[in-house]
Amino acid sequence: MDNGTVLTMRGISISFPGVKALNRVNFTLREGEIHALMGENGAGKSTLIKVLTGVYAKDEGTIEIAGIPGHITIHSPQEAQRLGISTVYQEITLCPNLTVAENMYIGRGKGMGVPWKKMYREAGALLDSLGIPARPRQLLKTCSLAVQQMVAIARAVDTQCKVLILDEPTSSLDDREVEMLFGLMRDLKARGVGIIFVTHFLDQVYAVSDRITVLRNGELVGEFETAMLPKVELVSKMMGKELEGLADVAPKRDAEEEQAKVYYQAEGLSSTESKPFDFRIREGEVNGFTGLLGSGRSECVRTIFAADRVTGGRVTVEDKPVTINKPIKAMRNGIGYLPEDRKRDGIVADLSVRENIILALQVMKGFFHPFSRKKAEAFADEYIKTLDIKTASTDTPIGSLSGGNQQKVILARWLLTHPRYLILDEPTRGIDIGTKTEIQRLILKLSQETGMSITFISSEIEEMLRTCSRLIVMRDRNIVGELTGDELTQDHVMYTIAGGGN
Amino acid sequence: MGKTEKGKSSFFQKNSQLLVPLIALMLLVIFNLIRDPGFFSIELVNDNAGNPVLQGNLISILNGASELAILAMGMTLVTAASGGQDISVGCLAAIAGSVFIKVLKSGPITPWLVLGGVAACCLVAMCFGAFNGTLVSVFRVQPMIATLILFTCGRSIAYWINGGATPTVESDIVKAIGGFIPGFPIPAPILIVVLMGIFFALLFRFTTLSMYLQAVGINNNAARLNGINAVGVKLLAFVLLGLCCAVSGVIATGRLQLVNHETLLINIEMDAILAVAIGGNSLGGGKFKMIGSVIGAYIIQALTVTLYAMKVSSTDVKAYKAVVIILLVVLGSPVVKRWFGSMRNKLAVAGSRKEAA
Repeated sequence: MDNGTVLTMRGISISFPGVKALNRVNFTLREGEIHALMGENGAGKSTLIKVLTGVYAKDEGTIEIAGIPGHITIHSPQEAQRLGISTVYQEITLCPNLTVAENMYIGRGKGMGVPWKKMYREAGALLDSLGIPARPRQLLKTCSLAVQQMVAIARAVDTQCKVLILDEPTSSLDDREVEMLFGLMRDLKARGVGIIFVTHFLDQVYAVSDRITVLRNGELVGEFETAMLPKVELVSKMMGKELEGLADVAPKRDAEEEQAKVYYQAEGLSSTESKPFDFRIREGEVNGFTGLLGSGRSECVRTIFAADRVTGGRVTVEDKPVTINKPIKAMRNGIGYLPEDRKRDGIVADLSVRENIILALQVMKGFFHPFSRKKAEAFADEYIKTLDIKTASTDTPIGSLSGGNQQKVILARWLLTHPRYLILDEPTRGIDIGTKTEIQRLILKLSQETGMSITFISSEIEEMLRTCSRLIVMRDRNIVGELTGDELTQDHVMYTIAGGGN
Repeated sequence: MGKTEKGKSSFFQKNSQLLVPLIALMLLVIFNLIRDPGFFSIELVNDNAGNPVLQGNLISILNGASELAILAMGMTLVTAASGGQDISVGCLAAIAGSVFIKVLKSGPITPWLVLGGVAACCLVAMCFGAFNGTLVSVFRVQPMIATLILFTCGRSIAYWINGGATPTVESDIVKAIGGFIPGFPIPAPILIVVLMGIFFALLFRFTTLSMYLQAVGINNNAARLNGINAVGVKLLAFVLLGLCCAVSGVIATGRLQLVNHETLLINIEMDAILAVAIGGNSLGGGKFKMIGSVIGAYIIQALTVTLYAMKVSSTDVKAYKAVVIILLVVLGSPVVKRWFGSMRNKLAVAGSRKEAA
């Protein structure tokens, strides 16, 4: 092992029945570097991390860690921790009802007793030295998400940590919080900790990482110095093909200008979660709700679909007044809704891909008319092919698919119902750039070819500018502006959010 | 990178949860055959009335487990949809049995009156099921707490129905329900289990019930957002369990031709839950296989009959049963399953590598 290397993985292979998840992958982490691990969904990032943390046992290959002679095998997460490999996951896995210090030391003590005083003193010192804005005696749930994430990191690096794995740590943070987290990462880097940073956000990779390792389909594409690798090239390496005009996916269509028929219209629509608002969408129109996180954009579309309890308002579909007070009624009026939180509201994890695909259509068809197995297979096969869903079979539980493929299954579920109006709330969150582009293309194709109306919500404003012909801007649960045509620029959106839409 | 061949997974890959219960049942059979090669022999004899009837340990296992098997069917549905269990099934069966007898006592016993009695007790039990179901689905009370109410007061209600007496009925029809239909050598309770099995099989075949139950049990939110009436599905599960309680109550009443509200199917709720668990179903809800629960019920009964055949005293039987059940539950636990799963994966990978070489 070279000097300065903390971790070397060589020729790592691992197979699951039917799939070679990793094929002779190498990975090297140096002391005091931030090393981004990149790849599309199913590239093998998570698998590699899980080999390193002892969740999966590798079939072939060697792992070496600085200071430990010979090859090592990691059998369990606890063992990984003992070897100095700590992991912080995307979802915070701490106890919100305990104090910050308790969270940092829980499960660490040797005996039965807890040296409270010492614990709080040491926690305070560590928080200070890492510049984390939290007090040891504060309840964790009173901290912001970012600070909670930082406490998780503080817990992880507390004891002789050589390798710190951050698995999508930024996906639920806003920009300012991300910057705070980056500060902490740079701090740890200066102390000689090697950090493996897994993320989907390209900008963040360039903001903070020194090196990038790219995986694709379980194989190593290469290791690059971040400064030497242009962004476009990174994307093409991840996707394995040259970029084909990601900037403009397809020409947009302006339904407003065409004066197409209004499909759905709501006046003063409100729910337990949203204030009354007016909204309409024309046939073949792609529009979107935009605004900062928590501005009420998701609540609006949930109200349209009656996902929350509707409390008032008038709704017309194709100029006919209708009452939509539960999801099934929205569905019967040709509305489909892909929810923001895929895990909580979208997938039925233990059911098969097939059952997940036919679910919505089956419900619409009715309790006494189940699809035959053959018919269900045919539907599933069709959409697995159309959307290129990577699954071992139609019988595979959806929970075992990668995030992007789960999302495609949910998308397939709604496309199968042939909705006239489809609501997509964050369909591209947490999925790789290739799938993102595919979904954007699909949105435009559906609106143009089938005249489907689509409402699209995304945290990535570029994505919305690329696809929507009308943007509804929200702030603090109110609609503060509407942008069309030439106004559809990032500046305008930000100005509207900040200034109040004049 | 090879893909597994589609649609060619073996029976046990698709039904891996049935592996442990089936093996357990097989071991019980083998154990008994070694102990006594004639254990499962069945003879055709004539009963007192001169009708041909089948006799033997196998018949008494199948017959004796009838009520349990039917309750396990219903319990499976409730478990799948609500992720909890109904502990009032024994009491509800007692109520149903009391209603049955009450109707029979109302006049000369004709086939129509018996049919009316069955219908009445099914209706009453399904109403009580709906009561439990409403508490669970609308008011979101935990199933065990919600059904604790009926568990506590159910036998008192049964007591009131017949004014505190333990009435008996003299009727060949009622006797036949718990015994033999004259001229037909297989015990009637076994036939009723088969009928209930067919009823649920048809229900699963011609409705989307099984998919809805699982979807609601796995992810209530997602089920609701896909238009499923999650409250209704849970309610329906409890109503169907109510039906199962009524049927077992009728069988149990038929066996003795009397209803004793204090002892009728006492403590059966725990065996019913156990049968669901032994059948490899998660008590946390979600995916289920009803046949597993039925096998679970027969395992419990076979175990009891075996122990009695070995001259174990009835007090000791419970302790022996517990030992076997610990084994089964541990073998069927997620930890052991995962271990078996990873072993199988390794074998499969090794196998495919050998093929490739």
